[in-house]
Amino acid sequence: MNDRVGLKHGAGGRAMRALIEEVFLALAQPVDGIGLSALDDGAALRVGDRFLVITTDSHVVHPIFFPGGDIGRLAVSGTVNDLAMMGATEPLGLTCAVVIEEGFPRPDLVRIRDSILDASREAGAPVVTGDTKVMGKGELDGIILNTAGVGFADRVVTDAGLRPGDRLILTGTVGDHGFAIMTRRHALELEGDLRSDVAPVNGLVRQALRAGGEEVVAMKDPTRGGLASTLHEMAQKAGVGIVLEDAAVPMTAEVRAAAEVLGIDPYHVANEGKAVIGVRPGAAERVLSALRAHPLGRRAAVVATAIAERPGSVILDTGLGRRLLAEIEGEPLPRIC
Amino acid sequence: MADLFQELKFRDPGRARALSQAIHREVKAVGRVPIPLMHVCGSHEQAIARFGLRAVLPRELEVIMGPGCPVCITDTPEVDEAVALAADGKVVCTYGDMLRLPGASRSLADVQAEGGRVEVVYSVAQAVEIAARNPEAEVVFFASGFETTAVATAAVVLSGLPPNLSILSAHKYVPAAMEVVAELKETNIQGFIAAGHAATITGWGIFEPFVRKTGTPVVVAGFEPLDVLAAILKCVELVRAGKAEVANCYPRCVTREGNRPAQEKLWKVFRVADGVWRGIASVPRGNLELRDSFASHNARHRFRIDIARVGGQEKNLLAEKCLCGLIMSGLKTPRDCELFGKECRPESPVGACMVSSEGACKIWHLYGGLPDLREVGT
Repeated sequence: MNDRVGLKHGAGGRAMRALIEEVFLALAQPVDGIGLSALDDGAALRVGDRFLVITTDSHVVHPIFFPGGDIGRLAVSGTVNDLAMMGATEPLGLTCAVVIEEGFPRPDLVRIRDSILDASREAGAPVVTGDTKVMGKGELDGIILNTAGVGFADRVVTDAGLRPGDRLILTGTVGDHGFAIMTRRHALELEGDLRSDVAPVNGLVRQALRAGGEEVVAMKDPTRGGLASTLHEMAQKAGVGIVLEDAAVPMTAEVRAAAEVLGIDPYHVANEGKAVIGVRPGAAERVLSALRAHPLGRRAAVVATAIAERPGSVILDTGLGRRLLAEIEGEPLPRIC
Repeated sequence: MADLFQELKFRDPGRARALSQAIHREVKAVGRVPIPLMHVCGSHEQAIARFGLRAVLPRELEVIMGPGCPVCITDTPEVDEAVALAADGKVVCTYGDMLRLPGASRSLADVQAEGGRVEVVYSVAQAVEIAARNPEAEVVFFASGFETTAVATAAVVLSGLPPNLSILSAHKYVPAAMEVVAELKETNIQGFIAAGHAATITGWGIFEPFVRKTGTPVVVAGFEPLDVLAAILKCVELVRAGKAEVANCYPRCVTREGNRPAQEKLWKVFRVADGVWRGIASVPRGNLELRDSFASHNARHRFRIDIARVGGQEKNLLAEKCLCGLIMSGLKTPRDCELFGKECRPESPVGACMVSSEGACKIWHLYGGLPDLREVGT
């Protein structure tokens, strides 16, 4: 084990999973439901005949304001979406803890608060308690937001429920958040409208669950590490292979062009308003239509299939050939920087 | 903005399927197996790996990457020269891939971490700017690449260098890359796929003497997946017909004569010289050296470079297991290397092929390694 934590340990890929397994997994204890040992998007604890789903997420982002959103919208969406991925699409409430660097502009703080309020209304997830700390200049970089959320689920959907033959639906275009942040962060002057997709998707997921019922068997949101990491995790946990069809993955022309120019795989960058939904083959069309009827799911598509061969691997069918889709090692960096 | 990339005709799956089927037919018609073909270009390997093309090729057809990564074949003493110059207080400018290339004991990245001035540039023109901005400093451009980048170096040299800028050339010459492999009995390469961008400058005619000498066909190829598949098909056709000739499958860019003004510049500044390529051997006519008329801007003439000072003493046990030399000669693949993906990864490379984005190991690692996916998920 390396004796220092590196940035790659926070990038959502292999290195981060290894760090969590080597250090934090020791905290896991048996619970009635789904606890830490499942390393899922959140926990689900049995309360009567239902499950209380709990999740928490800390948010740091550079820049704080970016095309399509800001850290406030991100903090609400991240937690609401993690709840939704476990089947809790009607959050009871959110906490919001904020750590602020000395000297942080007050108008920016107000702007972030307004954005939190908008997103929480959009998601139907009120902020019900919070915490505020200020730290000295240089002790942190701007602002850190932590949100936690709770909600009930009648049926918990894990990220491990796939079996061979199941279809995987992506609820919209891939790569929007990652490229919007990256072009802003590295001041890359690319033409076109690269906007983050950051949004609470609990309403969208609710539609999928209503349409698919018990035939919705696995869900995960492709945030850090991108679609590649998400599919790897789903394949490994379920012991299936996954074949991703390149041509089927919805992508904006802007993202496609940015990916080509920067030499960065759009499957490796974060999405903040998307879900990967695994369904039994018979339910795929039904769930797809339900998703497409929702404003956030218009470009939803079946993008992958679970297979029995190569358990734990993700195979990319490029339309021209096939290869394994690698997980990202660290932070994706544009090659021109 | 129209969805340009979706519409790219050189990535059309239907055409790819047709080409793949034709390749299967041709390979069968050849009648003897295996048929090893070699390309000598990192960009070709990127296209093959990224689009997963090996999965649609017949098992009997081996498409091997040869010494096509100019960074990877840059020899240890060449790196040591740059390391010595940087350690000696010179400002060393070079391309990003060269930064972590291991020398005998240190890379340029190591010298940089120790406080040496090493600047990553994207073009030789940037080195000129750095020299002009720092007239008090001695600036050295550590130049690497095949003819494609050598031409850029030549053009800048001819346009007049600032007095404080010199060139440390590690430029390599493509035809030599093919000759060195063709001479190796063990490889038995039946046909070569030549790099279209270098041929844009040199012209495809440059391969005619090679074909006459070796009796091995050469096909010039572009870099889109359909370019590569079409070139492979053409190469197998030539193998089947027993025709030793040069075929140009990249006519939208490459002519027989090539880019004459670029060649004139190239040969005005450089001459071919025998060299040693990392992991391979001494390669006749393998290096591009500055001509004597530019001696005052040749770092090797201008400075006394003492590489013994930066040489390595301790033996690197991992490096002894590294197969980069055999991989670059086409005798092994990254799959044969016990370090690949374990001790040797892009963030902690053992060998040169894991350092450069043109190196076989780095490319394979990026695109998921190379399991056999011919029959999976179909």
